[in-house]
Amino acid sequence: MIYLMCLFLFCIGVYCILVKRNIIKIIVGIGIVEYAINLFFILVGYRLRGRAPILAQDQVIQNMVDPLPQALVLTAIVIGLAVTALIVAIAIRLYERYGTFDVTKIRRLRG
Amino acid sequence: MNYELIPLFVAIPLGSAFLVSLLGKRLKGFSDAFSNLATFSLFSLSLLSVPVIGRLRILVYKVGGWIAPIGICMVLDSLTIFMLITVNLIAFLITIYSISYMERYTAKWKFYTLFLLMLAGMNGVIVTGDMFNLFVFLEIASISSYSLVAFGVEHEELEASFKYMVMGSLASSFILLGIAILYSHTSSLNMADISRILVERGSGEILFFVSALFIMGFGLKAALVPFHAWLPDAHPSAPAPISAMLSGLLIKALGVYALARIFFNVFGMSAISSSILMVLGIASMVLGGLLALGQDDIKRLYAYSSISQIGYVFLGIGMGTNLGILAGLFHLFNHATFKSLLFLNSGSVEYATGTRDLRKMGGLSSRMPVTGYSSLVGSMSISGIPPLAGFWSKLLIILSAIEAKHFIFASIAVLISILTLAYYLRVQRLAFFGELKESMRGIREVPLPMRVSMISLSIICLFGGLLLIPAIGKNFLNLATEVLVNGNKYAQVVFGSMK
Repeated sequence: MIYLMCLFLFCIGVYCILVKRNIIKIIVGIGIVEYAINLFFILVGYRLRGRAPILAQDQVIQNMVDPLPQALVLTAIVIGLAVTALIVAIAIRLYERYGTFDVTKIRRLRG
Repeated sequence: MNYELIPLFVAIPLGSAFLVSLLGKRLKGFSDAFSNLATFSLFSLSLLSVPVIGRLRILVYKVGGWIAPIGICMVLDSLTIFMLITVNLIAFLITIYSISYMERYTAKWKFYTLFLLMLAGMNGVIVTGDMFNLFVFLEIASISSYSLVAFGVEHEELEASFKYMVMGSLASSFILLGIAILYSHTSSLNMADISRILVERGSGEILFFVSALFIMGFGLKAALVPFHAWLPDAHPSAPAPISAMLSGLLIKALGVYALARIFFNVFGMSAISSSILMVLGIASMVLGGLLALGQDDIKRLYAYSSISQIGYVFLGIGMGTNLGILAGLFHLFNHATFKSLLFLNSGSVEYATGTRDLRKMGGLSSRMPVTGYSSLVGSMSISGIPPLAGFWSKLLIILSAIEAKHFIFASIAVLISILTLAYYLRVQRLAFFGELKESMRGIREVPLPMRVSMISLSIICLFGGLLLIPAIGKNFLNLATEVLVNGNKYAQVVFGSMK
């Protein structure tokens, strides 16, 4: 069920990138896609009623969630931040040059 | 030379990027000298490791001392060395070129910082033996290339960069999703380990889905045809050294190399994925060639031609036969040299005349002999005129297609080769030969560093065919082919070397 919601979120993001004409909305769409995948990755490592993966002394290992996807998603989030920062900076410069956020009006390159 | 040196391929460019950004603004000339030093040392390091790999076949470095399936490892085998030499050789020549060319822009040190970061990302993608690590390095290279495309901050550059960035980040998302699904199936991120587990358990249907995601993601980075729309905008908009870098190296390191490594060594090549790669290759070849024919902007024409030539590489590698892979890899190396050469030529033309429009040029050879003749060498090599390097690789690709009984593909490859000759002759006729235009009387040949790098690249184009002679190219080309042909044995080789 929750996997399906992930897929749904992913589809919303892709729809947003493909259909919207406003640059800012496209950037939001990219963000949604990234978060859908991050959520999916976290779910991959999740166990039902699992506990935090901390290994203390004299503790029996049972039903822990997988810590590796969490570390990976943390990295992916940081990368996503860098991409978003750069793309927003480009969007601001685009607005300065063209005076619009509409992608259909930003069309100097063709062929 | 032993395995402790492997991380240097990533550490040198990363560290020098840091130093250049720190000191480049204050000390004049520091960024030029230091970046050239860094790329030169990378190139000599990769040359030094050729004989070692020829003897030992494989070296594995365990990051932090962790054993392989748990920790990250960096793998140096013959294919890696082949790619490293290609990348670092071209990068070194391009940094020489940039000394003079980048004078036109302000903030040269920012350019070098981003350039070195991109190089670090590419070298990282090539040496890593871990799926998620591959993704991280891929993003380092991509993010710096997004900002390098926008380096001029004019209308076209920003628009191209935005387009490239939207498509690039979507591609990275697909790759990450593929890695997540692969991890959930095999609960491992180490490439060799994944390969071992997939062989033990049998692949199953999930592999098709993952393969599709990877073809989408890496295919977008390699600009295969249904995913190519960003390339003809992004590559011409960047400054010329970066166009050369993107077209010559980035699409190969991130696209072709990553796809080949994952499909051959991790998944094991199946008939379906082989035919998908070949069909995509043919499609890129035809469409890129046809679109290049009608271009008037010299850099845009070269960009479409890149799509077409990448098609050849994919056709060769996709065939999966020994000869096919050899031909594909050889064409990859050749394309890296001549396409960087051609982009540097177009940069020189732009530097001297201030235009990229073919219709406004003419007779430039009389004024700029070095640019004119090196571009002639590059064009002849890419369109496959014997004895130049491009001829041999195209010949081998066509021969291997005939050998594998793909007669239609072989004949298409021959036809597109003729088409390539047609549009390169058009460039030569319009830009370099014919009558000198009145407005172009005052132009002069470009400065020395730019000439040096163009001449060295044309020498490589002239004599590249010699690599096919076993005595010279054995450690270089044939061993790299062997790695891909061996396919799933990769896992045993990696684990075997760690004991």
